[in-house]
Amino acid sequence: MRLEVILSGFGGQGILFAGNLLALCGMHQGYQVSFLPVYGPEMRGGTCHCTVIISDKEIASPLVLEPSYLIIFNLPSFIKFMPRLKKGGLALVNSDLVKKEEIENFEELISGKRVIFLPLNTLSEEVGAPQSLNMCALGAFNGLLEIFPERIFKKALKEMLGEAKAHLFEPNLRAYKRGFEEVKKLG
Amino acid sequence: MAKKVLVKGVEAIALGALEGGCECYFGYPITPQNEIPEIMAVELPKRGGVFLQAESETSAINMVLGASAVGARVMTSSSSPGISLMSEGFSYLIALELPCVVVNVMRGGPGLGGIEASQGDYFQAVKAPGHGDGRFLVLAPYSCSEAYELTARAFELADKYRNPVMILSDAILGQMKEPLALKPLNIKNYPKEDWALTGAKGRPSRVIKSLFLDSRELAERNLKLKRKYKEMEREIRYEALYTGGEKVIAVAFGSMARICKEAVLNLRKKGYEVGFFRPITLFPFPKKVLSKMADLNSEGVKFVVFELNCGQMIEDVMLSLCGKAEALSRFYPPSVLPFPEDIEKELKKCLKPSGSQKA
Repeated sequence: MRLEVILSGFGGQGILFAGNLLALCGMHQGYQVSFLPVYGPEMRGGTCHCTVIISDKEIASPLVLEPSYLIIFNLPSFIKFMPRLKKGGLALVNSDLVKKEEIENFEELISGKRVIFLPLNTLSEEVGAPQSLNMCALGAFNGLLEIFPERIFKKALKEMLGEAKAHLFEPNLRAYKRGFEEVKKLG
Repeated sequence: MAKKVLVKGVEAIALGALEGGCECYFGYPITPQNEIPEIMAVELPKRGGVFLQAESETSAINMVLGASAVGARVMTSSSSPGISLMSEGFSYLIALELPCVVVNVMRGGPGLGGIEASQGDYFQAVKAPGHGDGRFLVLAPYSCSEAYELTARAFELADKYRNPVMILSDAILGQMKEPLALKPLNIKNYPKEDWALTGAKGRPSRVIKSLFLDSRELAERNLKLKRKYKEMEREIRYEALYTGGEKVIAVAFGSMARICKEAVLNLRKKGYEVGFFRPITLFPFPKKVLSKMADLNSEGVKFVVFELNCGQMIEDVMLSLCGKAEALSRFYPPSVLPFPEDIEKELKKCLKPSGSQKA
């Protein structure tokens, strides 16, 4: 088992938190993991992204040219990373901020790749956790791949939030569950 | 079982320092290594140690010197421009034979440069950390686990040789997170009673100094240091994979070695006979190991040195090979970070016989 994921969106959408949490869940599930945040002036504008690798073998390079998965939170990220998605790879895309009709070469970008659109902002707002669209994405991603059980997610989330942000546990968990359930409906 | 945590490389360095028995930290903030002082500021006071943010790197390194002179286990950390500011102090620490650990999480240079990953300080670290004929023992980790272990071990080695030890890391390794098992490491203590400045009550006074106006004395000090560097060769560490009869061997250290290892493993899966060599001690450099490898692979082996700079370690590789094998430099300045696929392409090109390469 080996999967490489690039998570990308605006700074402030919780990209690095989600990537870090995904890696932590992988570690608690007993896998080798690596989490590489973007590094450099790129963080000050445009897209913010990170790379997570989860594997049952030693991970050599933390850098990945062509990931097997993408989690895309906004339009610039879609344009930037779709060309790098491996053929046959899967992109989970936030349909609230990425509209097909706004992308000129949409068909070309997704050719040979699987794309699942989910309204991440809408879904997280529905469960009263509008800031937790990143958790909604993680829920959906794990719903698709079932890498770890929910108790691992809860353990990792608790660890990441720490005591200072413990009050955010419930809304984050609700968003995670909402995302998880939503992809299960897709069948 | 040891507790497992998901930490950044720089956090692993700080945790390694605590495991290594670090008692004092002096430093001045700079990206990308600020998590080290952040952790030390929280942890050292709890353990009865000292954390102090100095007003500059120059002050910090002289505080390190003072603490070391009285026998404390002491460290500092910085990034490229900050390390340059400390270099006068480095030279004094070497001359005075004072142990300490110095961490350099390299960023792009020269000058103020940038904050991207770079290995541009290789020469500075292994050839001349300060003025005069002095050296550091230099360790280059390539994972969070290794950063933890080597940093802890660095305190032991510094005490053993009474010489500064540098952990040479970079922004990629510093900022990426990996699982780290916090295992106890059995770090040795070396007695300091016979040289540290602990107060002369009941014994003759001691002087720790680096000014030798009597030229014979200065020559002796230099020769003593030289002997010490020779002894340090016992500490040589490296990782070698498939280096028996391969035609092409990729050589890299630190984060670049991670990218190269991936490329080499991928190529081997596709049937290409390529090897991988990673020096872990950059000074002393594993010269003899490379030289033997050249002897073993006598039929035209090429060593391809990949670095995140404009070609520095290539010179040590060439010196090690003494012309017995070809050494090629593949260099990547700051912001030009290669993917494993790029390395694969380069290695494949090198696998072709020299004639067709030119065509």
